[in-house]
Amino acid sequence: MGIYTGNPSRIADLVQPNQVHRDTYVSEEIYQLEMKHLFANTWVFVGHDSQTANKGDYITTQVGDQPVIMVRHSDGEVKVLYNRCPHKGTKIAIDRAGNTGKFFRCPYHAWSFKTDGCLLAIPLKKGYAETDFGESAAAKGMKAVGAVHNHRGFVFARLAAQGISFEEYFGDALSSLDNMVDRAPEGRLEVAGPPLRYMHQCNWKMLVENQTDACHPMVAHESSAGTAIRLFEESGWQEGEPKPMAMEIIAPFMSPYEFFEGMGQRTWNNGHGHSGVSSSIHKDYKEEDAYGEAMNAAYGKERAAEILGENRHNTVYFPNIMVKGPIQQLRNFIPLGPNKTLVESWIYRLVGAPDYLLKRTAMYNRIINAPTSIVGHDDLEMYERAQEGLMTDGNEWVNLWRNAEEDENFDGEWTGIGTSERQMRNQFDAWKRFMLVSMSQDTQEAEI
Amino acid sequence: MSISREDVIDFIYAEARMLDEGRFIEWLELWLEDGIYWMPLDYKQTDPDLVTSLLYEDDFMRKLRVERLNGERTFSQKPKSRCSHVIQRPFVDKFDPKTGIFETNTAMHYVETRLDEQFLLALTAVHELKLVDGNLRIANKRVDILNSDAAFGNIQLLP
Repeated sequence: MGIYTGNPSRIADLVQPNQVHRDTYVSEEIYQLEMKHLFANTWVFVGHDSQTANKGDYITTQVGDQPVIMVRHSDGEVKVLYNRCPHKGTKIAIDRAGNTGKFFRCPYHAWSFKTDGCLLAIPLKKGYAETDFGESAAAKGMKAVGAVHNHRGFVFARLAAQGISFEEYFGDALSSLDNMVDRAPEGRLEVAGPPLRYMHQCNWKMLVENQTDACHPMVAHESSAGTAIRLFEESGWQEGEPKPMAMEIIAPFMSPYEFFEGMGQRTWNNGHGHSGVSSSIHKDYKEEDAYGEAMNAAYGKERAAEILGENRHNTVYFPNIMVKGPIQQLRNFIPLGPNKTLVESWIYRLVGAPDYLLKRTAMYNRIINAPTSIVGHDDLEMYERAQEGLMTDGNEWVNLWRNAEEDENFDGEWTGIGTSERQMRNQFDAWKRFMLVSMSQDTQEAEI
Repeated sequence: MSISREDVIDFIYAEARMLDEGRFIEWLELWLEDGIYWMPLDYKQTDPDLVTSLLYEDDFMRKLRVERLNGERTFSQKPKSRCSHVIQRPFVDKFDPKTGIFETNTAMHYVETRLDEQFLLALTAVHELKLVDGNLRIANKRVDILNSDAAFGNIQLLP
């Protein structure tokens, strides 16, 4: 017990209109409450269904701090189960991906389970014959999460059995995921290889906020993007000549404030939002004719132009993923503690599109988001400095005032200036609501 | 000029020393212009293009990396990192003085440090070397980190 458990009003006070208290980032107790409430009541990304293409295919991952298995069941549906044997707690699978055949078998005592979690068999069953084992939680097998939804290949879970529906939770924000998938002539994506795994000694929310932070690239990334532009100009390149792919990727990070202001921002209810409404740093990529032709053939010219005309930068799906549609990248900010976050950066193939697109996507991933990335290095430096700096007692608040509006309301859809900190405020509006949604109930129960 | 196995091995040691002493500009000059410095992400990765790698850097990206390390506003290098390669005697897997083509395989322990943090990587470096105008040059280099699929913090210098 600390100062926040059972005290929803004190948690609510952490989020003020244009500032949040540092405890949202540094408090172990708040982290524990986030796992119990925020990550249980929201829809959290689990994986892509192409990672479990065949029956019995599974992956292991986390929803919040909960170890789970995502598995393709015999009926073709994707199931998400808590990763523990109902007997003694042994994790059923620990490899990151595999195929379990028709059933899971615990390596400790050989209890076995169908791929929907139902208990299949226990050795020495007669030992339970005269008992009321059937009443125990174990008799039900491996427990499934509260709800699972597969949206065009992207699998999300809600741990809580009851709560907001998938459609209501994401609403129109799904348009970014849809646009990413629509960019494939065949209308589907396939995961391409394992993800980058990058460990950050900072709070998960710093990473999520940075996704729509349009005022840091030209500052924090001057050393990489600025130097790239200088070296490239010195190399004798003439305006109008084609740029190498790497330069197309890295140079726009040095765009001036006016560019990032003008590219715009859009927010939706429940903490979702994106940077890059009318333009983005991905807009001027050179495309090959073969791709446009495949898109025209699949969708017709008008619809294809509409799909490719969207150049959304980063879309945050609250609480903890970012989707980059024009690059077919998804970054998962997995919370491991108040000051520890694992970032997994996944890439996808546009099925039916030429290989050069996936080549660019893989290049983007390694140049920008790898632990060896000259861009990522400076981001991590900023987050870790902030995590340490927040421990000072001189000021306990994080400032989110840029382009604040009076009586700001986060319902519905909003579009505005790209450099606003509105999406960060939007995230905290959702943070507060989903932290508290099941808390008042718990408090009442505790009081009884 | 005649070249011995010993010369090839000495080259690998000299490169490691160069990196440890932070002589990165000199290190760039070891490379042939079309050489690629590859660090796979996956164990036994074969495809550098259509899945992610940790590094796959051409001449331009290597120069950019080195220029950045020396930059005024390179915040993650204020203060600077330091590194140390402890290398096992390289295997000379290809030795063809006639064509001037050589290949080595070298196990290393790589330590990188900054402020109070320090980490250790075990790795294998495969060098393709070429004799050009009497000098050995790096035609390609592949570095496989033993736990390349593990989650790392910043790896800022050159394993």
